[in-house]
Amino acid sequence: MTNCPTLIVTVGLPARGKTYISKKLTRYLNWIDVPTKEFNVGQYRRECVKIYKSFEFFRPDNEEGLKIRKQCALAALNDVRQFLTDEGGQVAVFDATNTTRERRETILRFAEQNGFKVFFVESVCEDPDVIAENIVQVKLGCPDYTHCNTEDAVADFMKRIKCYENSYQPLDEELDRDLSFIKIIDVGRRYLVNRVQDHIQSRIVYYLMNIHITPRSIYLCRHGESDLNIKGRIGGDSGLSARGKEFAKALGQFIQSQNIRDLKVWTSQMKRTIQTAEALGVPYEQWKALNEIDAGVCEELMYEEIQQKYPLEFALRDQDKYRYRYPKGESYEDLVQRLEPVIMELERQENVLVICHQAVMRCLLAYFLDKTAEELPYLKCALHTVLKLTPMAYGCKVESVCLNVDAVNTHRDRPSVRFTNTHPLSMSVSLVLVKQASPIINLRTLCSSFTTQFGKPGCNVMFIALHVVDNKKINILYPYSTIKINLFKSTS
Amino acid sequence: RPPRKAHGGPHLANPPTVIVMVGLPARGKTYISRKLTRYLNWIGIPTKVFNVGEYRREAVKHYSSYDFFKSDNEDAVKIRQQCALAALRDVKTYLTEEEGQVAVFDATNTTRERRDMILEFGSVNGFKIFFIESVCDDPNVIACNILEVKVSCPDYQDCNKTDAMEDFKKRIECYRMNYQPLDPDQYDKNLSFIKVIDVGRRFLVNRIQDHIQSRIVYYLMNIHVQPRSIYLCRHGESQHNLQGRLGGDSGLSTRGRKFAGALAKFVKEQNLKDLKVWTSQLRRSIQTAEALNVPYEQWKALNEIDGGVCEEMTYEEVRERFPDEFALRDQDKYYYRYPSGESYQDLVQRVEPVIMELERQENVLVICHQAVMRCLLAYFLDKSADEMPYLKCPLHTVLKLTPVAYGCKVESISLNVEAVNTHRDRPDDVKRGPSTLIRRNSVTPLTSPEPNKKPRIEDTHFLICSVNGHCLSLAHFLHA
Repeated sequence: MTNCPTLIVTVGLPARGKTYISKKLTRYLNWIDVPTKEFNVGQYRRECVKIYKSFEFFRPDNEEGLKIRKQCALAALNDVRQFLTDEGGQVAVFDATNTTRERRETILRFAEQNGFKVFFVESVCEDPDVIAENIVQVKLGCPDYTHCNTEDAVADFMKRIKCYENSYQPLDEELDRDLSFIKIIDVGRRYLVNRVQDHIQSRIVYYLMNIHITPRSIYLCRHGESDLNIKGRIGGDSGLSARGKEFAKALGQFIQSQNIRDLKVWTSQMKRTIQTAEALGVPYEQWKALNEIDAGVCEELMYEEIQQKYPLEFALRDQDKYRYRYPKGESYEDLVQRLEPVIMELERQENVLVICHQAVMRCLLAYFLDKTAEELPYLKCALHTVLKLTPMAYGCKVESVCLNVDAVNTHRDRPSVRFTNTHPLSMSVSLVLVKQASPIINLRTLCSSFTTQFGKPGCNVMFIALHVVDNKKINILYPYSTIKINLFKSTS
Repeated sequence: RPPRKAHGGPHLANPPTVIVMVGLPARGKTYISRKLTRYLNWIGIPTKVFNVGEYRREAVKHYSSYDFFKSDNEDAVKIRQQCALAALRDVKTYLTEEEGQVAVFDATNTTRERRDMILEFGSVNGFKIFFIESVCDDPNVIACNILEVKVSCPDYQDCNKTDAMEDFKKRIECYRMNYQPLDPDQYDKNLSFIKVIDVGRRFLVNRIQDHIQSRIVYYLMNIHVQPRSIYLCRHGESQHNLQGRLGGDSGLSTRGRKFAGALAKFVKEQNLKDLKVWTSQLRRSIQTAEALNVPYEQWKALNEIDGGVCEEMTYEEVRERFPDEFALRDQDKYYYRYPSGESYQDLVQRVEPVIMELERQENVLVICHQAVMRCLLAYFLDKSADEMPYLKCPLHTVLKLTPVAYGCKVESISLNVEAVNTHRDRPDDVKRGPSTLIRRNSVTPLTSPEPNKKPRIEDTHFLICSVNGHCLSLAHFLHA
């Protein structure tokens, strides 16, 4: 997306939702494959000053406190630099109050020296109820107040806020007119957006304008067991089995019992989810974007058949299930892109039940529970089980409700034999372990197929094919060969 | 049976929305109105612009001078009010009887009085109101706007440029004295609106109510007015093209490679600053881009329409093996979805993020495929769902789109490399009109409808006269 790394800088008094926004934004950006990390200066301070005594630490005339706080900020910025320059990060979220112009100047200079773009996210809120609620939800439980009772903690925290108030210089339309920022006012009632520079900032603004903090729950489940499920076949567009229909009924009863206000029901455009929703007897919306992952040439095959007909594909998928794309089909990576508008709309909505499919549900779950691309394809999403997600503090509470209707198990765990490298797209050396039982694979076929999946134009790919005799002895079957790949030009 | 909605996206905008433009003349209100309308129609939300200036030109056949806009010109004030009311009446008809979902009320709407009247109109009829205010004080921008769209408008057809410019500036002054911008802190704090400041440098967004307003805000924040060109073309002729096969992922033919070379030459000759090149993730478009020897980005969203079970067949084979599907597709090519494949309607949804990013960018060359190119072209040239699947996008031809005034200039450049013709015209014997495939509430791009020119001044005249120049509650009149 952007070549220049971006530094997002939060601005605002304590208890204005800065950390909430930082964490949520980080989770979203990572899910859409933008490597992002948050750096919370408060945590650096807790590392430095092992025991928090009281709000006095934050008094503007506490020189010792000021010194430590400045050091912590600089330490955090140093880690930001490392993440963005050396560790392949693309966005860093610098989560602190940053309430003075002076502090912001320091950050701007730091960014300029390092070639980072800066985007400020300021949260302004004067509603005492909102602030009180924030304090109760996230401050009381924080390490600073483990030894306090609620009343004392709240009183101390309010005094802490006071320490910042006098020197607070909010972002100003005139004075800061050359900076790029969004000012979020009263938890999203109003926004002031200034000088959005590029695509990633535009996406961030769009995201921030769609999230809300009204309490609600999201229910995720798969369609009822389908006829193809029973046959052990993937994909396709079959209807519900008898047990699947039973599940649909049970789901209807479950929804009724939950007594949910204004529940929206979403399905895909495939028979099995639609049939499930029909049993609920309420209006529902069909999204094509919620359709199951397209298995291309492997549609309607059983896993055993895939292993026979397309052994290489089968092996490759296990190597990197997230990025692996079925020939003429999709990958989990493609799914995430396809599902992004669904996530955006889920953020806007309140109570929603999403009836979808295994791979799709894994993608959605990974977003809500902050799972990595590595973990995503192996998340457990069993048939006939509903996951109830309720946003809480900085994350999401999950309740798993099994509706007690039997179904086949469609889950495949991560297999034990794998490549050693975890990022095949960027690697220049590949180690292929060929198990003894597999048919002899022609080297050229193996290389070309592998390269089509994982190679990049102009990169050197070196193949070493080994024949595993038993776990102790390894014979080198072919001498290693270097093949320079120039994608899609016919070379030998 | 419970009501069921079957379409590719979320259910939007129920109740209807009236977008109300606010701003002094020459601030880009009509530009925004028409662009936004084009976008909303393309993503399937029936939208129409109601430009009060046009109603005024119908009522007052000949424009004499800026005196018409003086706030003490009582007759003129009456006429202008009548025009606004007439336009609102048409808005109501469009939203309640013609299945419109969004109406864009394009006028200055610079006074609180006028806006309060509109709010009441909305409240009485159950319409949501969303204001878009354009605020700009950069004299260069304003002068540029006046030159681009005002000097050549019907009001000034008998004037020279300088006189037109002078008169228009005085016209703006007439409005400026009574201009009450939206006030987010006090008076207008409960309204839903976006203030666009200095052509998008800054935005103030207040109380977004729903999905459609959120999408509108996102769109407005991504568009710009920098001069630039968008080049659309297909990949070079492919092996499958030669065999008359649909879809697949074949490489370029000899002539296709020749085209890629010619394209490289063409791009160099255009001498563009910072050209971005985008391709799909299919071999034929990537091979074409490779010949340009510049960096390019691959978008899966730009892949050709998925022909499902018909992938890699020739049209004859499809006709033989799936005769029913073949016939169905001809009846309703926009909605028809190949079994296990996609429809043009699905394509629009898939390609929307590409459009959004194209809006953000400046000079871009998009090397894509026939159906995809038709979708993109329909967006830029405001073509309806009916026309989209039959737009002509031949191989080896580049379309250069340059935004100009309120629309898009198209130049078609054939690079003189022979290729097969893959275009199928709409068959004559096909019966047109809604088929079983059309589902109610489906999202459908519509061409932005022609501005409503019916004056209806005679109808409303007596109502205004009885009001003695005061603006009474509209509810009374429009409910009739």
